[in-house]
Amino acid sequence: MYPIKKVEVLTDQIYLMDVEAPRVAKSCLPGQFVIVKTDEIGERIPLTICDYDRTAGTVTIVFQTVGASTERMKELRVGDSFMDFVGPLGLPSDLVELPKEKLEKKKILFIAGGVGTAPVYPQVKWLKEQGIDVDVIIGARNQSLIILEEQMKQVAKNTYVCTDDGSYGFQGNVTQMLDDLVQNQGKSYDHVVAIGPLIMMKFTCLKTKSLGIPTVVSMNPIMVDGTGMCGACRITVGDEVKFVCVDGPEFDGHLVDFDQAMMRQQIYKTEEGRALLKVQEGETHHGGCGNCGGDE
Amino acid sequence: MAITVDVLKRVPVREQEAKVRAANFEEVCLGYNQEEAMAEASRCLNCKNAQCVKGCPVSIDIPAFVQEIKEGNFKEAYLKIGESSALPAVCGRVCPQESQCEGKCIRGFKGEPVSIGKLERFAADWGRENHVVPQKPEQTNGHKVAVIGSGPSGLTCAGDLAKLGYEVTIFEALHKAGGVLVYGIPEFRLPKQKVVAPEIENLISLGVKIETNVVIGKSVKIDELMEEEGFEAVFIGSGAGLPMFMGIPGESANGVFSANEYLTRNNLMKAFDETYDTPIMHGKKVAVVGGGNVAMDAARTALRLGAEVHIVYRRSEAELPARVEEVHHAKEEGIIFDLLTNPTEILVDEKGWVKGMRCIRMELGEPDASGRRRPIEIPGSEFELELDTVIMSLGTSPNPLISSTTIGLDTNKRKCIVADESGKTSKEGVYAGGDAVTGAATVILAMGAGKAAAHAIDEFLREKQ
Repeated sequence: MYPIKKVEVLTDQIYLMDVEAPRVAKSCLPGQFVIVKTDEIGERIPLTICDYDRTAGTVTIVFQTVGASTERMKELRVGDSFMDFVGPLGLPSDLVELPKEKLEKKKILFIAGGVGTAPVYPQVKWLKEQGIDVDVIIGARNQSLIILEEQMKQVAKNTYVCTDDGSYGFQGNVTQMLDDLVQNQGKSYDHVVAIGPLIMMKFTCLKTKSLGIPTVVSMNPIMVDGTGMCGACRITVGDEVKFVCVDGPEFDGHLVDFDQAMMRQQIYKTEEGRALLKVQEGETHHGGCGNCGGDE
Repeated sequence: MAITVDVLKRVPVREQEAKVRAANFEEVCLGYNQEEAMAEASRCLNCKNAQCVKGCPVSIDIPAFVQEIKEGNFKEAYLKIGESSALPAVCGRVCPQESQCEGKCIRGFKGEPVSIGKLERFAADWGRENHVVPQKPEQTNGHKVAVIGSGPSGLTCAGDLAKLGYEVTIFEALHKAGGVLVYGIPEFRLPKQKVVAPEIENLISLGVKIETNVVIGKSVKIDELMEEEGFEAVFIGSGAGLPMFMGIPGESANGVFSANEYLTRNNLMKAFDETYDTPIMHGKKVAVVGGGNVAMDAARTALRLGAEVHIVYRRSEAELPARVEEVHHAKEEGIIFDLLTNPTEILVDEKGWVKGMRCIRMELGEPDASGRRRPIEIPGSEFELELDTVIMSLGTSPNPLISSTTIGLDTNKRKCIVADESGKTSKEGVYAGGDAVTGAATVILAMGAGKAAAHAIDEFLREKQ
């Protein structure tokens, strides 16, 4: 069992938890992920590592409620435990592997979309610890969905916040924010790391391609085991099929087939939706989902 | 009621009726009862130079345990098997007996061989139901051995070392111990709670520790286990986990799964049980590509989830690598065999979902390197199957997670760990066996390798002292 040491509600759908998992805390690096399972009947859910404390033996995760398993996960409190917590999985960020002289020469921009801010944070923090300054864009649909802004400001040189509806910060999406920085504010970057929803990463990559900036994205597809065994997480990068869990999660964003990835994300939508309805409506669910055939 | 025995014929084993079992996940074979087992055991000739033992990768003293069953000494039969095998209830169910012990049985020259597998299963089930639990050695010898992977080879190696007094810890990457016995082989062939879990509990009674959720090479490396955590020897039984795909167009479409994914969702994650969260696609028309045991398992799982199921295999029935019993059961249940057929493309609809598969008919040519006749395409014989799900069951290869993170551990060009017959690898103190060394094979061969390695590790550690 993996005890929960801290719970923070970041928005009405996004939660942060510190979980005691000494083996993971000891060996993880920015860019890697874990798989968690709440209880016997829960799914195995891949989550990017948001932070870690090697001394305390804890790992910080951030998750958004999207299905039955995460709906139960959000009910966990300090003192409760995850049944399973395995990692670190995947490869660390390329930046972690680079020698310091090379890092110092780079002008790096991180672009975080929504809950994607969580996996961006440990990378920025790690770079700050190495003495490397980077800029960060945090974008979301509206102000209530912006997370970890204060924490990010502590470790980033400049943090730019944008919202689609203009309720907070710059009005516009992350690509418009990037345009503004480059066109109007005289900023220049030669390395972008974009992490967020597929659609946001897709358009960010189209933009950075037109600007000629190499871009790394972090993929979070459907997974089961997370060790290369099932192949559920396969994506196409250039003309190669890659398994995100062992070859990634980070890839060259200009080569990723986002349309295919978005299509594959839909595979279990109806099944997941069905399971969610069961949790939310319980015994009161008598048809209407279009799937279960009501109470026949 | 006395059973009349025709020495040339096996005592038939009771099974769930094909029509009934095709719609449930309960075990297909119901096994012998005491009378049936004693009757079948009476067919054994108790050969002095027993050929069956030579056919068994873990050398169970088969005539001895069969004689005990014949006499009604079921506990003794169980203990006799236990001297050689840590997983008798599993082996009695999943070993390819027809090519091992039963394949060598003298009775088989004129008539049917003794049902050794079913007798083993009977003895093992009797032992479990009557709570015969192996005893822990009175004290351990203080030497620590790490076993990586809790599949058949790891469990066997761990059990044998624990009996010798070693302090054994098994590290398992998944959340449940058992490896392929848990994620791969379905409930209807190998019940998890009833059969697999108790065999693992037996190991724990022997003093073996199991740490789940540890991915060796990621959570901790072998070098760290040996240098920082005090393990003096390591056995790698990490299996062959990486699925292969065909590389044909359309394989990334929604509705195309590896057999590993399909079976893991269903067996480990229990997607067939509505109370579990993990989803699985309930296809209406499913093709499983491949002809091995895993293909049969995937096909029969899809059938139970309500689909019409086709096995698509490029050679003929004689070359099917699956156990004869599995093919027989699959046919009885209504699986359609499209033999001498090979897929060339998966057809995808405008939303990215599978809508069919283009296939080509094959004929058999000259034998290839494997000794099997090579399938050759028949020009102009293409046709289309209408489908919503395709399950690829083309075999697996070893996971490089361990070999790529362990200093001085050699692999061959198929990414298999190089080890000699005793399991010794290129790295001192590190042994390996099972699919991680051989590539995908059977449960019992993996157990044989785990057994050999336990013996070699014991010798290595004794010499070191």
